[in-house]
Amino acid sequence: MDERTSIEVPETTAQSPMGLAVPPERHHLAISPLNARRWQNFKANRRGYAAFWIFLVLFVVSLFAEFIANDKPFYVRYDGKSFFPVFVTYPETTFGGEFETAADYRDPYLQKLIAEKGGYMLWPPIRYSYNTQNLDLPTPAPSKPTWLLSEKECKAVVERKGLSSCRDLEYNWLGTDDQGRDVVARLIYGFRISVLFGLALTGISSVIGVAAGAVQGYFGGWTDLLFQRFIEIWTAVPGLYLLLIISSVLAPGFFVLLGILLLFSWVSLVGLVRAEFLRGRNFEYIQAARALGVSNGTIMFRHLLPNAMVATMTFLPFILSSSVAALTSLDFLGFGLPPGSPSLGEMLSQAKANVQAPWLGIAAFVTVATMLSLLIFIGEAVRDAFDPRKTQG
Amino acid sequence: MEAGYEKLLEVEDLSIAFRQRQRETLAVDRISFSVRRGETVALVGESGSGKSVTALSVLKLLPYPAAHHPSGSIRFKNQELLSLSEADIRHVRGNDITIIFQEPMTSLNPLHTVEKQIGESLLLHQGLAGQPARARTLELLHQVGIPAPETRLSSYPHQLSGGQRQRVMIAIALANEPDLLIADEPTTALDVTVQAQILALLKELQTRLGMAMLFITHDLGIVRKLADTVCVMKAGRIVEHGGVERVFTAPEHAYTRALLEAEPRPDPAPLCPDAPMIIETKDLKVWFPIKRGVMRRVVGHIKAVDGVSIAVRQGETLGIVGESGSGKTTLGLAILRLVSSEGPIVFLGSKISGLTFRKMRPFRRHMQIVFQDPYGSLSPRMSVSDIVEEGLGVHDPKSGKQQREQRVVAALREVGLDPETRFRYPHEFSGGQRQRIALARAVVLEPSFIVLDEPTSALDMLIQAQMVELLRALQKRCNLTYLFISHDLRVVAALASRLVVMRHGKVMEEGPAAELFAGPRSDYTRALFAAAFKLETAPEGIVAQ
Repeated sequence: MDERTSIEVPETTAQSPMGLAVPPERHHLAISPLNARRWQNFKANRRGYAAFWIFLVLFVVSLFAEFIANDKPFYVRYDGKSFFPVFVTYPETTFGGEFETAADYRDPYLQKLIAEKGGYMLWPPIRYSYNTQNLDLPTPAPSKPTWLLSEKECKAVVERKGLSSCRDLEYNWLGTDDQGRDVVARLIYGFRISVLFGLALTGISSVIGVAAGAVQGYFGGWTDLLFQRFIEIWTAVPGLYLLLIISSVLAPGFFVLLGILLLFSWVSLVGLVRAEFLRGRNFEYIQAARALGVSNGTIMFRHLLPNAMVATMTFLPFILSSSVAALTSLDFLGFGLPPGSPSLGEMLSQAKANVQAPWLGIAAFVTVATMLSLLIFIGEAVRDAFDPRKTQG
Repeated sequence: MEAGYEKLLEVEDLSIAFRQRQRETLAVDRISFSVRRGETVALVGESGSGKSVTALSVLKLLPYPAAHHPSGSIRFKNQELLSLSEADIRHVRGNDITIIFQEPMTSLNPLHTVEKQIGESLLLHQGLAGQPARARTLELLHQVGIPAPETRLSSYPHQLSGGQRQRVMIAIALANEPDLLIADEPTTALDVTVQAQILALLKELQTRLGMAMLFITHDLGIVRKLADTVCVMKAGRIVEHGGVERVFTAPEHAYTRALLEAEPRPDPAPLCPDAPMIIETKDLKVWFPIKRGVMRRVVGHIKAVDGVSIAVRQGETLGIVGESGSGKTTLGLAILRLVSSEGPIVFLGSKISGLTFRKMRPFRRHMQIVFQDPYGSLSPRMSVSDIVEEGLGVHDPKSGKQQREQRVVAALREVGLDPETRFRYPHEFSGGQRQRIALARAVVLEPSFIVLDEPTSALDMLIQAQMVELLRALQKRCNLTYLFISHDLRVVAALASRLVVMRHGKVMEEGPAAELFAGPRSDYTRALFAAAFKLETAPEGIVAQ
């Protein structure tokens, strides 16, 4: 070999900013693809890792809400033929009914028609959808969870249906709301729409916010100055009132609400990303990249954005949870999703109107609180995962 | 000498351990030393050897209970310090034993005036306030050699230069006439000329006030100049202990010998007067406008580089030396067209001044830079392999993945790093190793010209010497041309074939390095050399305070 063999590479030593000799961190990690390390860091945060799986399971399950809580069976065998009511809407006449209207599979009349032809139906575990009204309520809506009913309360329904006891009734596990709709079904659908809404809002507002912050921070000067003043004025606008006004003018729907909330949520990341870019553009390794001839765009994406991402990541769970909370509060005030939509906010407002029915409030509160806590635990773990100085621990 | 004790400070069998995530790490391992009245003891060692921790433990300034002492005792005037309560140790701190830290920028509170910061110490330990406190403060400032101290009382730290701040720190430390002064690398962050002044001041104050000094440093030159006794530390142990003369003339331990020989071997690159010109500037200027008022009118300029002409030929090393603020780093950046400048720059026969960033790109592969700070110059979020490969992606976009990887591996070998480590992140490497990565990033493009901006300043002595060897070997092997920017004249002397001395953005003196070192012509250069090589101060007026 040549000279380089004589050049000894010293042992790794680390020194803390205080100047105390901190023992060097030792790594026994096998060399693996780089993202494996991030995954390791993510897993090392046990609470966040558990929250991630719980949330993922809940979210995936809620994506298939139609197969869990629905007033249509997913499979009907009738007259030797197969039907899939979850995917296709069949008129009642398909099953020998009289009208051209959509078949109501909960109707005893239709059930009898199918049974007469030797057919059968495979039902989801909960036979209510978010908008199915239970017509056989033993008490006036909102009705208690079925397992809390006394025999006296449900005597009328039990007798009418020819059953022997309350326990033979079709269960509303968490009771019904004030229109006789099943609370569990509405929670499942409501959870899904909240998370989807939150994710969409967070995703879009982060993209806009990061882009705006990056441009401001990287170019600085007049761009930065004008943009900052605009944002100051913009954030001084009382958002919630404006939201209320706009949503009373526009017919509220999923995408209209998304657009309205987006007007204000994108600013939350701008300051953060801008500061990171302002700080980062003077780093020596940015200078080094410029000395290599790397273009502005690439420097922003490859060198500066990852720095800003950690700050963004730490903020994401808060944006996500505030998005969910914003949607919930609009729903609560009655300016949110259209009437009849499964919404946690609407359930909370029902709980407020029906204090005698605590199952509404408890169910909605537990769902919202669990969802937000899980999201924040995950956010903490994500933050750890993207921190390159973090070692296993 | 007072009766009752002969030794002012006695450290016996002291161990310091840190507990981190249920893991125990021994930072200092059963060391013993003592400081007599009026004596200067130096603790020498590289970073991580435990010297600073030892100093902090004397005043119980470590992060207890994460830090603890498995064994040992520290006795000051026969009083055990380790068992003292927090309230009792406070009477010792700042009164009997005081400490000055390395970083004068951060060890003063930026929100308080000089008077208040010195006065606080007087108030706490002597109960002095008002007029007597002010008188004593003035006396102290005078003592530490701050000119016209009356005008400095109401100054804030940012209004003082680095050397003046360190003088204020010393004034605070002296306020209560301590018996022992602990100085933790007090001059490392300062320019050589200022360092010489501060060392002279400490020496003078010590003889005048008769205090003992525990001096922590990695610089053997300072030890030789200042200390009576020296303890050489390595990996938490004192490997050698003895009088300065004895240790320097007849070192017993192999590590001490290695440290003493760590001086970079002088073997500068040859002068090549007939070799092709690599880079040439004429009357290069970098002026930063000073803007005032609402209309941002330009009221003046900071002349960072003010009419500098240099010429470097192939195979040469041009050393640029000067104090901080002399414009040497800006000059390096301007030559690489990383800051805008005025005046022609000719690189490899083509005029590159005035080219746009895009038009500059083809030249970039031939001109590279290595920065001072091995911690700041590598992106912490990219693996070593990505960092080294980045330039290849810009200049050789067509080369295949495998081909690039081969070149990365070759470059890492070239700088003496194990290519197997290329998937790790920079924080897993030591300062010296990081600097090698930065060098690999430059050499992977096979440049002909590299600007080295203080590449050794942040490194320990032993590693500095290794780095110098590496740079020299690379230069010979790849026929490189260097522009070597440094304030460390010993390193420059080891490498540079020609020398430019800069001050206030202007060239004070230039010429072949050997000639210049042998006979500097200007007073400033002479003062700079005296401060760097002999730690001697210059007569007033030649260098800044």
